[in-house]
Amino acid sequence: MGIGEIAFYAFSISTLIGGVFTVVSRNPVHSVLWLILSFISAAGLFVLLGAEFVAMLLIIVYVGAVAVLFLFVVMMLDVDFAELKAEMARYFPLGLLIGVIVLIQLMFAFGIWDYSDGYQQRISEVIGSGTNTAELGAIIYDEYILIFQLSGLILLVAMIGAIVLTLRHRDDIKRQDVFAQMMRDPEEAMELKDIKPGQGL
Amino acid sequence: MNEFFSTNLGIAVILLAQTLAVVGFVMISLLFLVYGDRKIWAAVQMRRGPNVVGLFGMLQTVADALKYILKEIIIPAGADRPVFILAPLVSFVLAMLAWAVIPFNSTWVLADINVALLFVFAVSSLEVYGVIMGGWASNSKYPFLGSLRSAAQMISYEVSMGLIIIGVVISTGSMNFGDIVAAQNGSLGFFNWYFIPHFPMVFLFFISALAETNRPPFDLPEAESELVAGYQVEYSSTPFLLFMAGEYIAIFLMCALITLLFFGGWTSPLPFISDGPFWMIGKMAIFFFLIAMVKALVPRYRYDQLMRLGWKVFLPFSLIWVVFVAFAAKFGWFWGLYARWTLGV
Repeated sequence: MGIGEIAFYAFSISTLIGGVFTVVSRNPVHSVLWLILSFISAAGLFVLLGAEFVAMLLIIVYVGAVAVLFLFVVMMLDVDFAELKAEMARYFPLGLLIGVIVLIQLMFAFGIWDYSDGYQQRISEVIGSGTNTAELGAIIYDEYILIFQLSGLILLVAMIGAIVLTLRHRDDIKRQDVFAQMMRDPEEAMELKDIKPGQGL
Repeated sequence: MNEFFSTNLGIAVILLAQTLAVVGFVMISLLFLVYGDRKIWAAVQMRRGPNVVGLFGMLQTVADALKYILKEIIIPAGADRPVFILAPLVSFVLAMLAWAVIPFNSTWVLADINVALLFVFAVSSLEVYGVIMGGWASNSKYPFLGSLRSAAQMISYEVSMGLIIIGVVISTGSMNFGDIVAAQNGSLGFFNWYFIPHFPMVFLFFISALAETNRPPFDLPEAESELVAGYQVEYSSTPFLLFMAGEYIAIFLMCALITLLFFGGWTSPLPFISDGPFWMIGKMAIFFFLIAMVKALVPRYRYDQLMRLGWKVFLPFSLIWVVFVAFAAKFGWFWGLYARWTLGV
């Protein structure tokens, strides 16, 4: 067993352990920390595949930003977990049913993909020969620039929508007027004393 | 002997030795950085600073470190034990991890990877977890407030730092530090460095680096006048030492990043003097001096000012700069100053 294989099994096992403990942890903050372990291990798997750019993006976006916000929310919210657990026990059979159905669908999809005729022809070819950062950049920003910009626009609309829904401008509270603060005249606001160096006050 | 170093075990031994060399360099410079920081701070305030232990007090940091290690580790009864212990470890290990891709000379680098710049950025975005976990696991109000502040602060300044880095990456066409420094190496000495074409971004990056490492004037997570010591309140002895060491290593890493991205890394400022790792270390020391001076001279920011600066000033400015650099590089404006592509992109 080579070093690559050892690393693959180590990352896979820690991904799965992270996933399992995300679900079974009693403390939600611990759940998020296990989720982070899972993300980082998945990034390790990407590195083993030779997709170092995707791995770094996974860490920067999911671990560095999304999971921080998760943690932020979970730490701030005062959720009654005993009540939540009781709720979960009631809906457990339904959840199990949905989970099993999704699992069977995935098995069908990948099973048919893998074992039907012409499998080899459907695997897309390796594109280009440069580093995968340069190749991804060429594909996204040169070939599919319109689709990329459109997806950005959709996200922008979603963001503006979220802000419009939550923004409530209140007039009855005191606000900082930064411009007025910066425009204050130092002559009026403070007095300068001339102190000889070496003496102190 | 040469045969041994081509076997798997030999390669492992070489890697281990190289890693130890980098860790040793960082740890030894850490001792003098803390000393230098305190001396500079003292000089500005007309004090003497550490001057008792060793020659000119040079061994003060060693004495402090020993004191921290020998003291008892106190874990509060209400704390979440595993996370409480994990937090300083995360903080320290991540700060050390980023040094794996920092080069000191054209071939002196532990891991010469294509996405080195992204790796450093990823690791520095993970550093926030040490602070958040420490603040939450302490199960106490001041640490919790400190960690919440830190989470918002670090995410805010990461965004503008990322955009500044994108400008440099567009100019170089690579995320490898070796390529970035090679693009700044030319016949004109320091006129070739990126601080001339990317002039305003040097200041933005310097200030963002201060905010990212929780350094004064942006040390709101540990603001002693409001939060006592923020997320570090409940920490004692070795865990506290790890937090503090991690913080200084992260600051030193930022000095290395500024040097590599904008000031030509190990290239010499004058064309007739030879390049070498001493240039790199000298430049890093100069930037550390500047950071220490900022700590001594500038009062702490208010929290809303900090957020306003990050989102309403730095973010739009660096975004506009990225667009400008992209056009300048694409159409070869300013005699190709912005496009130094060595790769056939």
